[in-house]
Amino acid sequence: MDFDLSEEQRLLKESVDGLLGDAYDFEQRRKYGAEKGGWSKAVWGKFAEQGLLGLPFSEADGGFGAGAVETMIVMEALGKALVLEPYLATVVLGGGFLRRGGSAAQKAAHLPSLIDGSRTFAFAQLEKNSRYDLADVSTRAKKSGAGWVIDGEKFVVLHGDTADTLIVTARTAGGQRDKTGIGAFLVPANAKGVTVKGYPTQDGLRAADIVFSAVEVGADAALGDPANALALIEQVVDDARIALCAEAVGAMEESLKTTVEYIKTRNQFGVPIGTFQSLQHRGSDMFVALEQARSMSYFATMAGTFTDAKERATAVAAAKVQIGRSARFVGQQSIQLHGGIGMTMEAKIGHYFKRLTMIESSFGDADHHLRRVTDLGGLVGD
Amino acid sequence: MDLSFSKEELAFRDEVRAFFRDNLPPAIREKIVEGRHVSKEDLVTWSRILNKKGWGVPHWPVAHGGTGWSPVQQYIFLEELQATPAPSPLAFGVNMVGPVIYTFGNEEQKKYYLPRIANLDDWWCQGFSEPGSGSDLASLKTTAKRKGDVYVINGQKTWTTLAQYADWIFCLCRTDPAAKKQSGISFILVDMKSRGITVRPIQTIDGGREVNEVFFDDVEVPVTNLVGEENKGWDYAKFLLGNERTNIARVGMSKERIRRIKTLASQVMAGDRPVIEDPRFRERLTATEIELKALELTQMRVVANESKNGKGKPDPASSILKIKGSEIQQTITELLLDVIGPFGAPYAPEEDGGNELADWTTTIAPGYFNYRKVSIYGGSNEIQRNIIAKAVLGL
Repeated sequence: MDFDLSEEQRLLKESVDGLLGDAYDFEQRRKYGAEKGGWSKAVWGKFAEQGLLGLPFSEADGGFGAGAVETMIVMEALGKALVLEPYLATVVLGGGFLRRGGSAAQKAAHLPSLIDGSRTFAFAQLEKNSRYDLADVSTRAKKSGAGWVIDGEKFVVLHGDTADTLIVTARTAGGQRDKTGIGAFLVPANAKGVTVKGYPTQDGLRAADIVFSAVEVGADAALGDPANALALIEQVVDDARIALCAEAVGAMEESLKTTVEYIKTRNQFGVPIGTFQSLQHRGSDMFVALEQARSMSYFATMAGTFTDAKERATAVAAAKVQIGRSARFVGQQSIQLHGGIGMTMEAKIGHYFKRLTMIESSFGDADHHLRRVTDLGGLVGD
Repeated sequence: MDLSFSKEELAFRDEVRAFFRDNLPPAIREKIVEGRHVSKEDLVTWSRILNKKGWGVPHWPVAHGGTGWSPVQQYIFLEELQATPAPSPLAFGVNMVGPVIYTFGNEEQKKYYLPRIANLDDWWCQGFSEPGSGSDLASLKTTAKRKGDVYVINGQKTWTTLAQYADWIFCLCRTDPAAKKQSGISFILVDMKSRGITVRPIQTIDGGREVNEVFFDDVEVPVTNLVGEENKGWDYAKFLLGNERTNIARVGMSKERIRRIKTLASQVMAGDRPVIEDPRFRERLTATEIELKALELTQMRVVANESKNGKGKPDPASSILKIKGSEIQQTITELLLDVIGPFGAPYAPEEDGGNELADWTTTIAPGYFNYRKVSIYGGSNEIQRNIIAKAVLGL
């Protein structure tokens, strides 16, 4: 039992924090958000230069062979700085599908350009009626010769309007909610029949609704078994949930820090409002919520390497419940303790609140995962 | 970073678990499972079994009978003890006065008291709180006036847990009335058989009588019963209260209680299905399990920190353990109460000898009432929030 970072992990943390410290203050973030696509190609280039985009991939695939803890370190740092760039969509989700389900040829075709920062990915999964059920897939992939023809509609695809390659879940057999007959397909965003409608999201990121109309892809588009990719999808989505937990911890930590600084300096009735006990206790409760969330983020990070899928799913779902609840509390109370200034677009605290809120409903909110943990038998066994 | 136990630690866990399983008298275990009171004799029996094994005071220095275990092993030991469930050793002796004596006491005190604490030959109770001094402990008024070879103690202590069984009480007394608040307090050991001590039970809302008032009326105590230096008692008390937060999270106990809830909720029917299948109930239970898992990890982080930095100043993050640990313990008593529903109504307090109604169902509501105490004692949860605000947030 050991919660310390290794020397290499410490160096990674220092270098990411250093990079974002220089390149990502609140003013700079505003400028990046105003760039075409809603994020900075220059910053993305720096991520590539520092090797962040290649972290989780094996050395044979051109990566650094780093583990779950390294991704956690990066995601926490991205959460602290409210980073807009498509790390989750490209490295965790896109890279996750390739790393866990890709053939040697698929890896060779896609990973080099992912790792050098020249191409980005997005995961097209959500449908009109699917909500948080990964097995609820109406989009169809029909066999056509050696390849496939994809038809369907996907919604709120994170960074879907800037991605070069989409990973699309589509049904190859069975009914809308069957657990078998689901595939995951690599689709070039510029393929014929793909219509992308991009828009900004509440937290300043971007997403897209995407229509697939008779989109033809080759036999090499399917990741893993096109008839049975749900386990792969669940695993990669768990990777994303784990990463979101870490990002939320970073965002909560910064929210609490910013809020405590504010109440130490904001004077009313002739004294800093942080001298009032009701505010002190609220701050303490935020600290408790943050640390409980951090503990579960660690738990989830470790669980990412569990070989038993049920054990992994239970742990990750439990972490997502804790993160969802802590994020809501810390986010709301950060605004409350800031008072009126917290309501303004100009103050940075509201942007943390909004990102935390979007994380809550990404890949399952607290209620959804609470039901899952229950269905999976809970955490305290016999 | 590695959150799993090592092979050696797992082997240690199995050893401890097996010992508890094979050596705890089943009747004692049964009492804890059913929420009934563990008697003085039960605790003495169990403490001596542990002590004979060399595990009476595992966290003490080896020279005084400790085991030399790592913080992780200490943690595993307590977790397994609570999860068995077995009675916890008497905290007033092994966690409170014992460490004060071996840290600040003189050689004679160490030689006499420490082995007797480890074997529960002496039952200790705590003379800190007074009617006017709860969270503001330093405002205490009980005085000890030096008169030749004795201190003469006058005053009143309260909330004295299990004083009715006690052989000894460790007291904070004001020895210098002129000094301001925290200075002028001394830490004195008092034989409960001394003339002038009166113990009066306080009945709590659950019907139990675990706490008492203790009155001191010209009680004479040899000056050799002073621990450390006169007027330095506040420092020793702070040291003691720092130790008190060790394992306040009680994760092992809460796990055992959750298993108990699952067992009972599978048996008690609500219409055509057991309570456990009521989705509202089940999700509250799951939410509690998740909170408990987070707390367990937080506790492991505090323990790992201690392994790294050594025991020193208590980690202010341990206030989280008190706040969340007590909240979870209380939630668990609520869930139990909700399992039993209207059948928890019959009142049959054990301490009155019970009555024909008395069985496990009559312990549940009292357990709920009684556990309101856990967010009050050991530094109320509001005091813990003050500690976090000051020591962590710098407010």
